Amino acid sequence: MRATDILRFAARAALGYPLRTAMLVLAMAIGVAAVVALAAVGDGMRRYVVGQFASLGTNLVIMLPGRTETSGFQPGRFVTNTPRELTLDDAAALMRSPLVLRVAPLSVGSSEVAANGRLRDVTVLGTTGSFMVIRRLSLAQGRFLPEEGWQRAGAVAVIGATVHHELFDDGVAVGQTIRLGDRRLRVVGVMAPSGQGLDMNTDELVIVPVAMAQEIFNTRSLFRVLIETRGRDLIESAREDLARIMQARHDGELDVTLIAQDAVLSTFDNILVALTMSVAGIAAISLVVAGILVMNVMLVAVSQRTAEIGLLKALGAADRDIVRIFLTETALLSCSGALLGYGLGQAAAWFVRLYKPELPAWPPAWAVVAALGMALGSGLLFGVMPARRAAALDPILALARH
Amino acid sequence: MAQIELEGITRTFSLGEARVLALSAIDVTIEKGEYIAIMGPSGSGKSTLLHLLGMLDRPDAGYYRLEGRNVTTLSADELAAVRCQRIGFVFQSFHLVPRLTAGENIALPLVLAGTPPDVRARRVRKALDKVGLASRAGHRPDELSGGQRQRVAIARAIIMKPAMLLADEPTGNLDRHTGQEVTELLEALNAAGTTLIIVTHDPEMGLRARRRLMMRDGILNDDMGKGA
Repeated sequence: MRATDILRFAARAALGYPLRTAMLVLAMAIGVAAVVALAAVGDGMRRYVVGQFASLGTNLVIMLPGRTETSGFQPGRFVTNTPRELTLDDAAALMRSPLVLRVAPLSVGSSEVAANGRLRDVTVLGTTGSFMVIRRLSLAQGRFLPEEGWQRAGAVAVIGATVHHELFDDGVAVGQTIRLGDRRLRVVGVMAPSGQGLDMNTDELVIVPVAMAQEIFNTRSLFRVLIETRGRDLIESAREDLARIMQARHDGELDVTLIAQDAVLSTFDNILVALTMSVAGIAAISLVVAGILVMNVMLVAVSQRTAEIGLLKALGAADRDIVRIFLTETALLSCSGALLGYGLGQAAAWFVRLYKPELPAWPPAWAVVAALGMALGSGLLFGVMPARRAAALDPILALARH
Repeated sequence: MAQIELEGITRTFSLGEARVLALSAIDVTIEKGEYIAIMGPSGSGKSTLLHLLGMLDRPDAGYYRLEGRNVTTLSADELAAVRCQRIGFVFQSFHLVPRLTAGENIALPLVLAGTPPDVRARRVRKALDKVGLASRAGHRPDELSGGQRQRVAIARAIIMKPAMLLADEPTGNLDRHTGQEVTELLEALNAAGTTLIIVTHDPEMGLRARRRLMMRDGILNDDMGKGA
């Protein structure tokens, strides 16, 4: 038999039983759609989380006071206390490394802010002008902290979007005076809303020069130092450089922890890829179920069309022709199911993107390939048995059973 | 050389514990162009003989030579090829594929043989003309009368220009008048040179054949009109 004739014959057979064909195609489609859509959502979450981390800044190394022997990412690191302080001079010394582009020291505390006759508890962040560049933040009004001597405690502040809304009703804030603890500061800028970034919400912050924060909280120590390296591939050597500098400054003892943004990022990336794959894997079970359904329905089709198979054999069809006809029919059903499912899955992902725009739910290529491959594979695999059974029919019995 | 030579053909079936001898040492020689009726009561083995002649079944013992070639030793696929090229079947219940049109049903043997579509179309048209159904090519079986369906089946049986036509009660599902027409069509094909072998238990139809093989209990009881 010619390939085109086999294809036409199988297609006619499939279309000859529209309800059965529709059900099979639907079953296969649901399986493929589930894999595609769930993988899309999972990958969307991965992208979302990775994006959140990336918004902290790229090529970033975070220095924390204190040290643990175990390296890697632990949430506890963000709240450790330290025996030896990390000072502003330490942070300034880091600029000596040629691999370092920018350094932003962070000093954090909470205080009361008063303005316009209103009072509010806020987190106060002391830092320098580099902070905004490193964190890729943008301003809604005015300007950011001046890049001046770190030791200068200028009486200026930049407020977050929420603080701006609560204290000034979104009105003009630049030039106004706020009271922070016992200091009177002039507002020079308002941050654009940015949302949650890792462990602090910049919308809720009042940002002041680092020296000012240290005066308010009466401390010399820093909470963190953010270091931006000159390139992605330089992060590792920069880490070693920074460690060497700190060791030299702290009497030969390495008592700071350096976390590369990339390490954290890739950890989360790996976790979420694994998560997406397992969710897609669970969805793929429905493809196996669909495959078994294909087998059942094809077995029914074989017994329904016993007379036809007997006739074909009497007319001179070889066994392999019969196998081919039935396998082609199975393949056609699986193929259309897979394509329909792919369309449905893409549509579902599109809906997710439409109603949750912050979730970039695009089905990853591996999921699409795996879903389509599995649909065709299981369809064909489970089609072999019915096709063999059809070919093995005794033509005399087949013809007699009319 | 005879077209068909059967020598000591034996076929037994197991029915549970019992073994039924369906054919017992049948010797028959059939020349090209003969018109034969295989007759006998139910269970006499006439259908089994027809299946063996059509190579749908294999004998347990004996030889079957078709046009001088021993076909008892051929593989299943080789048998299928011989069936396709040399044997035309006509069944009592027509056996048309319901979703295919008359023309497509007739073309089935050509499709199975891998004939190119343009050749197919030409030969199907000719076959339809031969059975007088040129205007019904695009109709599906359920749009045709019983007589028309059997004529489609006959057109399908002769499309490969086979050596013989094997007909199993070809008029069994037809009324008298239509049955008569179908018989005449088969006889016309026989007159044009195709060997015609009909299984029937209609004595009237049997009498029309030039040679009658009378079967009883798996034995060829009588061979009337041989050489006539």
